[in-house]
Amino acid sequence: MISPLVSPVLFHVGSIPIAEPVVVTWGVMAALMAGGLALRRRLKLVPSSTQAACELVVEAVDSQIRDTMRVDPTPYRAFIGTLFVFIFVANWSSLVPGVTPPTARLETDAALALLVFLAVIWFGVKAGGVRGYLSTFATPSPLMIPLNFVESLTRTFSLLIRLFGNVMSGVFVIGLVLSLAGLVAPIPLMALDLLTGAVQAYIFAVLAMVFIAGAVAEAAPESPSNERTPS
Amino acid sequence: MNWIAAVSIASAALAVAFGAIGPALGEGRAVAAAMDAIARQPEAANTISRTLFVGLAMIETMAIYCLVIALLLLFANPLLK
Repeated sequence: MISPLVSPVLFHVGSIPIAEPVVVTWGVMAALMAGGLALRRRLKLVPSSTQAACELVVEAVDSQIRDTMRVDPTPYRAFIGTLFVFIFVANWSSLVPGVTPPTARLETDAALALLVFLAVIWFGVKAGGVRGYLSTFATPSPLMIPLNFVESLTRTFSLLIRLFGNVMSGVFVIGLVLSLAGLVAPIPLMALDLLTGAVQAYIFAVLAMVFIAGAVAEAAPESPSNERTPS
Repeated sequence: MNWIAAVSIASAALAVAFGAIGPALGEGRAVAAAMDAIARQPEAANTISRTLFVGLAMIETMAIYCLVIALLLLFANPLLK
């Protein structure tokens, strides 16, 4: 059986091996970019149905950011929205026959979790300066510095393992059932997998919001949006 | 097949089996509490179910950790080189 922990190499560019998730990731990115650019050219004041659907997505992301972070969504919309849309489309790319979702591979999820880790630092530093951000590690007391430091690493790791485990286990179980029971049997499992994929994209985005909101609120406690977020 | 492989397979099965017990009980309690809350206060159903989903994913992560450990034992066992 093929191990779910290694990515099959499709071809080589020069001496660099190009693995399957890289190709699928670039495919997803190209599809999203092409869709966005094509839609941008036909933006109208009275929206077409496609434009209305996309506006619905943007408004949903905005309202989630407002509900979870309790701040103006403008600075975070691009990052959170991109995370959500990319993970959602990547999870659902298993609908295309022969495609394994790139989020079922460890490397893609590691890259996404690393992005969240860096975004927490970036938004924290932007809100309170380097001093303000570093002082968040010493709240509520300097005794907590090692714990807070370890926490910022482990929650990134658990973000990575959560997405990887959920998507990969779906793919893995479908493969097992397909090899044991034949062609039609895994269809209900695939439907369940789509639900899991959507929920996991949502969870990933919400957790990124919670982490960023925590860093921002603690780094700049004098701002009006200093309400503590649940984590 | 040497004994390390046999023990790895058995412990992978044990990890998934016992690792599923705790999250299953926890998810049951969480869903029951959410149902109770929605029954008492149906107008807050949106907020409750959103929080429920996030919480369920958090709880489920514990079982997923066990699954990852089991897969590491089966496919990337450092003792079986």
